[in-house]
Amino acid sequence: MIEVENLTKRFGSTVAVDAVSFAVKPGEVVGFLGPNGAGKTTTMRIITGLIYPQSGTARVNGRDIWDEPVEVRRLLGYLPEATPLYDEMSVTDFLRFVATVRGIPSRDIPARVDKMIDVCSLQTMAFKDISELSRGFRQRVGLAQALIHDPPALVLDELTSGLDPSQILEIRRLVRELGKEKAILFSTHILDEANKTCDRILIIDDGRLVGEGSPHDLAAMASGEAVYSLEFKGDAELFTEKLPNHFKVVHSRPGAEGYTGMELTCSDSVDHSEDLFDLTVAVGGKLRQLSRKEATLEDVFLELTKGGEA
Amino acid sequence: MRQVLAIYRKELRLYFDSPIAYIFIIVFLAITSWLFFRTFFLIRVSSMRSFFTIIPWLCMFFIPAVSMRLWAEERKTGSNELLMSLPLQEWEVVLGKYLAALTVYVVAIILTTPLAIVVGALGSPEWGVIVGSYLGCIFLGAAILAIGTFISSLTSNQIVAFIVSVIIVAGLTIVGQPLVTMFLQGPLIVLVPYAEWLGLANHFSSISRGVIDSRDIIYYILLTTLPLYLTVKSIQASKVG
Ligand SMILES: Nc1ncnc2c1ncn2[C@@H]1O[C@H](COP(=O)(O)OP(=O)(O)O)[C@@H](O)[C@H]1O
Ligand SMILES: [Mg+2]
Repeated sequence: MIEVENLTKRFGSTVAVDAVSFAVKPGEVVGFLGPNGAGKTTTMRIITGLIYPQSGTARVNGRDIWDEPVEVRRLLGYLPEATPLYDEMSVTDFLRFVATVRGIPSRDIPARVDKMIDVCSLQTMAFKDISELSRGFRQRVGLAQALIHDPPALVLDELTSGLDPSQILEIRRLVRELGKEKAILFSTHILDEANKTCDRILIIDDGRLVGEGSPHDLAAMASGEAVYSLEFKGDAELFTEKLPNHFKVVHSRPGAEGYTGMELTCSDSVDHSEDLFDLTVAVGGKLRQLSRKEATLEDVFLELTKGGEA
Repeated sequence: MRQVLAIYRKELRLYFDSPIAYIFIIVFLAITSWLFFRTFFLIRVSSMRSFFTIIPWLCMFFIPAVSMRLWAEERKTGSNELLMSLPLQEWEVVLGKYLAALTVYVVAIILTTPLAIVVGALGSPEWGVIVGSYLGCIFLGAAILAIGTFISSLTSNQIVAFIVSVIIVAGLTIVGQPLVTMFLQGPLIVLVPYAEWLGLANHFSSISRGVIDSRDIIYYILLTTLPLYLTVKSIQASKVG
């Protein structure tokens, strides 16, 4: 569990991170999406205790960066942006070094290193110097060192940048697999990347969190759609049947007190909330909640995708 | 302690996997041997005195060349991002790195001991003086190395780290020399003992005489621990900035 609370970090007059709060739960891959210079790396460096914020705090499994920085680092696996490694070392020696510093007992280290070499498909590179590795293999070594102590939380800064599509696919699969039990914060400036890898996306721009949602919500917004969520009581089947064509049901689950929670997308950017009220009345149902996600997020989103292509 | 040892081993292998340590040791040995044999054949005296008098001036250049990369290099390549994300206290990293650099220097010093054997074989030197001088070399080097480590932690440019370290060490050496103290005239004369106390080489020469004075030892311990403490502080401060 990674928690970030009201984090603010200034460098001189630049506000790199501005009152940012969020949490990443175990079993969740959260994408941290924003253009270059948005404040992703700064936030991640604060979580790792590499730098301290002017105000606010971060916690990993309840351990605070101010009170127990070493303990926080023990619980984290961190992949720094641009994957700086010790180029003069061989992959195996480097992983042994990290394992030793991470406090893995000496007798377990060879097995642990072998396991990481396996998990990250580094078999052919195990005894090569890191300086000889391609970008893709460097990233895997970076991931291997972040995973070597089997941490409950991972902070991965631009893990897939500079990789070719097939490598991205492979890494994405690995992250999704790891995300089944770990809390993963995964930064990227590429929308598509966040979309395909993450359960939830945080959008950061100019140091501020400007949006949050599942990839589906966000994808809907990006394509000019709006998302309606509502709680409906009555004949839900009839309701969905009678919905106008520009609505699509994303999901519909029975909830508490006989209400059905529904999420609808609408391909039309006009506000159709009133139509949904009318329809509810027409089918003799009740509505106790109705919200429409505003297109402001979409604007941000489009701006972000521009940043991603640049 | 296991952490310190891991950092120590990593740094040591970075020194010995690259040419730096070898170049350092070979050049150091070449210069000291040359100076030694020159006086040895010239004045035909079986003594190591001239060898030891030159040591503070050699260390002034050689040791900053060893310490300059300790922090500056990692800053530049960005690998300190990775290093500092490991569960380490700042002092553990500082100590591990420092001890590795000290080892490089101590190896170079130990490799000069055949000169002492030559002296011993050809005459009957005062062994107390030679042992004391070697001890002095270690103390002196440890202090200069600590200063160099601190300077290296302030920059990401190795060359800057080297130059600034040499200047500071040169200043600390020269301040205690007659060259400077003789200018302290009139009311300034009260400063002479302080300038002499501050002088890096003065304590070395008194240890070299074979007299182990606790004041000299305290001086070197202070001059080693203070810069290392400041290194820890500068690394902590850089996280807040
Ligand atoms: N060490 C630093 N010193 C000064 N400014 C910095 C530093 N690190 C980051 N910044 C500034 O903070 C802002 C956010 O940067 P960063 O967190 O690296 O963004 P991102 O990772 O989203 O691209 C940028 O304007 C950047 O120039
Ligand atoms: Mg970044």
